[in-house]
Amino acid sequence: MNKARPMLYTLSTCVHCKATKRFFKSQGIIYDFIDVDKLEGREKEDVRSEMIRLSGTVRFPTIVIGDTVIVGFYEDKIRAALGL
Amino acid sequence: MRTVEGMFEEMKKIAEEEGYQFNPVQEDLDDILQGLWDNMHRYGYGSCPCRIASGVIADDMDIICPCNYRDADLVEYGCCLCTLYVDDDWIAGKKTHDPIPERRPQEYFEKGYPGIMEQKGAGDKDMAEVYRCTVCGYLCAREEPPDLCPICRAKKERFEKFGMK
Ligand code: SF4
Repeated sequence: MNKARPMLYTLSTCVHCKATKRFFKSQGIIYDFIDVDKLEGREKEDVRSEMIRLSGTVRFPTIVIGDTVIVGFYEDKIRAALGL
Repeated sequence: MRTVEGMFEEMKKIAEEEGYQFNPVQEDLDDILQGLWDNMHRYGYGSCPCRIASGVIADDMDIICPCNYRDADLVEYGCCLCTLYVDDDWIAGKKTHDPIPERRPQEYFEKGYPGIMEQKGAGDKDMAEVYRCTVCGYLCAREEPPDLCPICRAKKERFEKFGMK
Protein backbone atom coordinates (compact mmCIF):
# COMPACT_ATOMS: atom_id res chain seq x y z
CA MET A 1 0.00 0.00 0.00
CA ASN A 2 1.30 3.41 -0.93
CA LYS A 3 1.92 5.98 1.72
CA ALA A 4 1.37 9.08 -0.39
CA ARG A 5 -2.13 10.44 -0.37
CA PRO A 6 -4.17 9.56 -3.43
CA MET A 7 -4.61 12.45 -5.83
CA LEU A 8 -7.86 12.92 -7.73
CA TYR A 9 -8.14 15.10 -10.82
CA THR A 10 -11.83 15.88 -11.06
CA LEU A 11 -14.49 18.14 -12.52
CA SER A 12 -16.95 19.76 -10.13
CA THR A 13 -19.75 18.94 -12.59
CA CYS A 14 -18.96 15.29 -13.27
CA VAL A 15 -21.13 12.52 -11.86
CA HIS A 16 -18.34 9.94 -12.08
CA CYS A 17 -15.97 12.24 -10.18
CA LYS A 18 -18.58 12.70 -7.46
CA ALA A 19 -19.00 8.95 -7.20
CA THR A 20 -15.23 8.53 -6.92
CA LYS A 21 -14.99 11.04 -4.08
CA ARG A 22 -17.91 9.33 -2.35
CA PHE A 23 -16.15 6.01 -2.66
CA PHE A 24 -12.93 7.30 -1.09
CA LYS A 25 -14.91 8.86 1.75
CA SER A 26 -16.89 5.67 2.32
CA GLN A 27 -13.60 3.81 2.69
CA GLY A 28 -12.30 6.41 5.12
CA ILE A 29 -9.40 7.31 2.84
CA ILE A 30 -7.99 10.79 2.91
CA TYR A 31 -7.24 12.14 -0.57
CA ASP A 32 -6.30 15.34 -2.33
CA PHE A 33 -8.24 16.59 -5.31
CA ILE A 34 -8.29 19.37 -7.86
CA ASP A 35 -11.51 20.39 -9.58
CA VAL A 36 -9.79 21.27 -12.83
CA ASP A 37 -12.81 23.12 -14.23
CA LYS A 38 -12.54 25.59 -11.34
CA LEU A 39 -9.03 26.62 -12.38
CA GLU A 40 -8.29 29.37 -14.85
CA GLY A 41 -5.68 30.47 -17.32
CA ARG A 42 -2.14 29.35 -16.73
CA GLU A 43 -3.00 27.16 -13.78
CA LYS A 44 -5.59 25.22 -15.76
CA GLU A 45 -3.15 24.72 -18.63
CA ASP A 46 -0.47 23.46 -16.27
CA VAL A 47 -2.77 20.91 -14.69
CA ARG A 48 -3.99 19.77 -18.11
CA SER A 49 -0.38 19.23 -19.24
CA GLU A 50 0.30 17.38 -16.03
CA MET A 51 -2.64 15.07 -16.73
CA ILE A 52 -1.48 14.42 -20.28
CA ARG A 53 1.93 13.55 -18.93
CA LEU A 54 0.36 11.13 -16.46
CA SER A 55 -2.14 9.36 -18.68
CA GLY A 56 -1.87 10.73 -22.20
CA THR A 57 -5.31 12.27 -21.93
CA VAL A 58 -7.53 14.68 -20.00
CA ARG A 59 -10.31 12.39 -18.87
CA PHE A 60 -12.13 12.58 -15.58
CA PRO A 61 -11.69 11.38 -12.98
CA THR A 62 -7.99 10.62 -13.17
CA ILE A 63 -6.85 8.95 -9.98
CA VAL A 64 -3.23 8.71 -8.93
CA ILE A 65 -2.41 6.22 -6.19
CA GLY A 66 1.33 5.94 -5.76
CA ASP A 67 2.67 4.88 -9.15
CA THR A 68 -0.72 3.77 -10.40
CA VAL A 69 -2.73 6.05 -12.66
CA ILE A 70 -6.37 5.09 -13.15
CA VAL A 71 -8.50 6.90 -15.70
CA GLY A 72 -12.18 6.53 -14.87
CA PHE A 73 -14.03 5.37 -11.77
CA TYR A 74 -13.08 1.68 -11.83
CA GLU A 75 -13.85 0.58 -8.30
CA ASP A 76 -11.95 -2.72 -8.64
CA LYS A 77 -8.79 -1.04 -9.93
CA ILE A 78 -8.95 1.55 -7.17
CA ARG A 79 -9.41 -1.12 -4.53
CA ALA A 80 -6.45 -3.05 -5.88
CA ALA A 81 -4.23 0.03 -5.93
CA LEU A 82 -5.25 0.89 -2.38
CA GLY A 83 -4.82 -2.66 -1.19
CA LEU A 84 -8.44 -2.88 -0.05
CA MET B 1 -34.46 28.82 -18.22
CA ARG B 2 -34.01 29.71 -14.58
CA THR B 3 -33.96 26.36 -12.86
CA VAL B 4 -32.54 22.90 -13.36
CA GLU B 5 -36.12 21.63 -13.44
CA GLY B 6 -37.01 24.04 -16.24
CA MET B 7 -34.01 22.90 -18.24
CA PHE B 8 -34.91 19.25 -17.71
CA GLU B 9 -38.52 19.81 -18.77
CA GLU B 10 -37.28 21.03 -22.15
CA MET B 11 -34.84 18.17 -22.48
CA LYS B 12 -37.56 15.68 -21.61
CA LYS B 13 -39.84 17.00 -24.30
CA ILE B 14 -37.19 16.50 -26.97
CA ALA B 15 -36.13 13.12 -25.61
CA GLU B 16 -39.70 11.89 -25.65
CA GLU B 17 -40.19 12.97 -29.23
CA GLU B 18 -36.93 11.40 -30.30
CA GLY B 19 -37.27 8.23 -28.26
CA TYR B 20 -34.38 8.73 -25.83
CA GLN B 21 -34.48 7.87 -22.16
CA PHE B 22 -32.70 9.23 -19.14
CA ASN B 23 -30.79 7.56 -16.35
CA PRO B 24 -33.43 6.12 -14.01
CA VAL B 25 -31.29 6.52 -10.87
CA GLN B 26 -32.64 9.78 -9.52
CA GLU B 27 -29.50 10.69 -7.54
CA ASP B 28 -27.23 10.31 -10.57
CA LEU B 29 -29.65 12.05 -12.87
CA ASP B 30 -29.83 15.01 -10.48
CA ASP B 31 -26.04 15.22 -10.30
CA ILE B 32 -25.64 15.14 -14.08
CA LEU B 33 -28.35 17.74 -14.64
CA GLN B 34 -26.88 20.02 -11.99
CA GLY B 35 -23.48 19.73 -13.69
CA LEU B 36 -24.96 20.55 -17.06
CA TRP B 37 -26.82 23.50 -15.62
CA ASP B 38 -23.64 24.80 -13.96
CA ASN B 39 -21.83 24.62 -17.30
CA MET B 40 -24.67 26.39 -19.08
CA HIS B 41 -24.40 29.25 -16.66
CA ARG B 42 -20.68 29.66 -16.46
CA TYR B 43 -19.92 29.11 -20.16
CA GLY B 44 -23.19 30.21 -21.71
CA TYR B 45 -23.69 26.84 -23.39
CA GLY B 46 -24.44 23.38 -22.06
CA SER B 47 -21.07 21.74 -22.33
CA CYS B 48 -20.86 18.07 -21.33
CA PRO B 49 -20.57 17.88 -17.53
CA CYS B 50 -18.05 15.04 -17.50
CA ARG B 51 -15.66 16.51 -20.05
CA ILE B 52 -13.40 19.49 -19.65
CA ALA B 53 -14.69 22.50 -21.56
CA SER B 54 -12.43 25.06 -23.20
CA GLY B 55 -14.89 27.88 -22.56
CA VAL B 56 -14.83 28.76 -26.28
CA ILE B 57 -18.06 27.61 -27.89
CA ALA B 58 -16.60 26.86 -31.35
CA ASP B 59 -13.98 24.57 -29.83
CA ASP B 60 -16.58 22.74 -27.75
CA MET B 61 -19.24 22.46 -30.46
CA ASP B 62 -19.08 18.65 -30.47
CA ILE B 63 -19.50 18.30 -26.70
CA ILE B 64 -22.54 20.49 -26.21
CA CYS B 65 -25.20 18.21 -24.75
CA PRO B 66 -26.44 16.10 -26.44
CA CYS B 67 -22.91 15.63 -27.73
CA ASN B 68 -21.90 14.27 -31.15
CA TYR B 69 -20.83 11.02 -29.47
CA ARG B 70 -24.06 10.15 -27.70
CA ASP B 71 -25.73 8.04 -30.36
CA ALA B 72 -22.70 5.95 -31.20
CA ASP B 73 -22.07 5.34 -27.50
CA LEU B 74 -25.70 4.40 -26.90
CA VAL B 75 -25.48 1.83 -29.69
CA GLU B 76 -22.18 0.40 -28.50
CA TYR B 77 -22.38 0.72 -24.70
CA GLY B 78 -26.02 1.44 -23.92
CA CYS B 79 -25.18 4.79 -22.37
CA CYS B 80 -23.58 8.11 -23.17
CA LEU B 81 -20.29 9.02 -21.49
CA CYS B 82 -22.04 10.80 -18.59
CA THR B 83 -24.78 8.13 -18.35
CA LEU B 84 -27.38 10.86 -18.77
CA TYR B 85 -28.89 8.96 -21.72
CA VAL B 86 -29.21 5.20 -21.38
CA ASP B 87 -31.01 2.40 -23.19
CA ASP B 88 -33.15 -0.55 -22.02
CA ASP B 89 -30.25 -3.00 -21.87
CA TRP B 90 -28.23 -0.65 -19.72
CA ILE B 91 -31.15 -0.14 -17.35
CA ALA B 92 -31.74 -3.90 -17.19
CA GLY B 93 -28.09 -4.38 -16.22
CA LYS B 94 -27.25 -6.27 -19.41
CA LYS B 95 -24.48 -3.82 -20.19
CA THR B 96 -21.54 -3.04 -17.95
CA HIS B 97 -21.82 0.11 -15.87
CA ASP B 98 -18.06 0.55 -15.91
CA PRO B 99 -16.76 3.76 -17.46
CA ILE B 100 -16.94 3.72 -21.24
CA PRO B 101 -14.07 4.85 -23.47
CA GLU B 102 -13.86 8.44 -24.65
CA ARG B 103 -14.93 8.66 -28.27
CA ARG B 104 -13.88 12.28 -28.68
CA PRO B 105 -10.41 12.37 -30.23
CA GLN B 106 -7.71 13.55 -27.83
CA GLU B 107 -6.60 16.21 -30.28
CA TYR B 108 -9.98 17.95 -29.95
CA PHE B 109 -9.26 18.37 -26.24
CA GLU B 110 -5.99 20.02 -27.16
CA LYS B 111 -6.92 22.02 -30.27
CA GLY B 112 -10.70 22.24 -30.10
CA TYR B 113 -13.33 20.85 -32.42
CA PRO B 114 -12.41 21.46 -36.06
CA GLY B 115 -15.93 21.85 -37.48
CA ILE B 116 -17.60 19.73 -40.12
CA MET B 117 -16.48 21.46 -43.31
CA GLU B 118 -12.87 21.47 -42.19
CA GLN B 119 -13.09 17.76 -41.40
CA LYS B 120 -14.35 16.93 -44.88
CA GLY B 121 -12.04 19.40 -46.55
CA ALA B 122 -9.01 17.82 -44.93
CA GLY B 123 -9.60 14.78 -47.15
CA ASP B 124 -8.35 12.43 -44.47
CA LYS B 125 -9.60 8.88 -44.93
CA ASP B 126 -10.31 8.53 -41.23
CA MET B 127 -12.71 11.44 -41.29
CA ALA B 128 -16.37 10.80 -40.72
CA GLU B 129 -18.70 10.50 -43.69
CA VAL B 130 -21.68 12.78 -44.05
CA TYR B 131 -24.95 10.86 -44.16
CA ARG B 132 -28.28 12.16 -45.29
CA CYS B 133 -31.66 10.86 -44.18
CA THR B 134 -33.51 10.28 -47.44
CA VAL B 135 -36.83 10.73 -45.64
CA CYS B 136 -36.41 14.15 -44.05
CA GLY B 137 -33.05 15.42 -45.27
CA TYR B 138 -31.33 15.42 -41.86
CA LEU B 139 -27.52 15.51 -42.25
CA CYS B 140 -24.94 14.17 -39.86
CA ALA B 141 -21.19 13.52 -39.98
CA ARG B 142 -20.14 10.28 -38.34
CA GLU B 143 -18.68 6.91 -39.13
CA GLU B 144 -22.05 5.26 -39.59
CA PRO B 145 -25.58 6.59 -39.93
CA PRO B 146 -27.64 6.56 -36.70
CA ASP B 147 -29.93 3.58 -36.04
CA LEU B 148 -32.86 5.93 -36.10
CA CYS B 149 -33.04 9.37 -37.60
CA PRO B 150 -33.26 11.73 -34.61
CA ILE B 151 -35.67 13.95 -36.52
CA CYS B 152 -38.12 11.66 -38.28
CA ARG B 153 -37.29 8.23 -36.78
CA ALA B 154 -36.59 6.66 -40.17
CA LYS B 155 -34.43 3.54 -39.95
CA LYS B 156 -30.69 3.39 -40.62
CA GLU B 157 -31.27 1.82 -44.05
CA ARG B 158 -32.91 5.03 -45.18
CA PHE B 159 -29.66 6.97 -44.90
CA GLU B 160 -27.32 7.49 -47.83
CA LYS B 161 -23.84 8.91 -48.15
CA PHE B 162 -23.97 12.56 -48.93
CA GLY B 163 -21.51 13.84 -51.51
CA MET B 164 -19.89 17.18 -50.83
CA LYS B 165 -18.36 17.58 -54.27
S1 SF4 C 1 -22.05 12.37 -22.76
FE1 SF4 C 1 -24.25 12.45 -22.34
S2 SF4 C 1 -24.49 14.11 -20.87
FE2 SF4 C 1 -22.45 14.33 -21.78
S3 SF4 C 1 -22.85 15.73 -23.49
FE3 SF4 C 1 -22.98 13.66 -24.31
S4 SF4 C 1 -25.15 13.24 -24.21
FE4 SF4 C 1 -24.83 14.97 -22.88
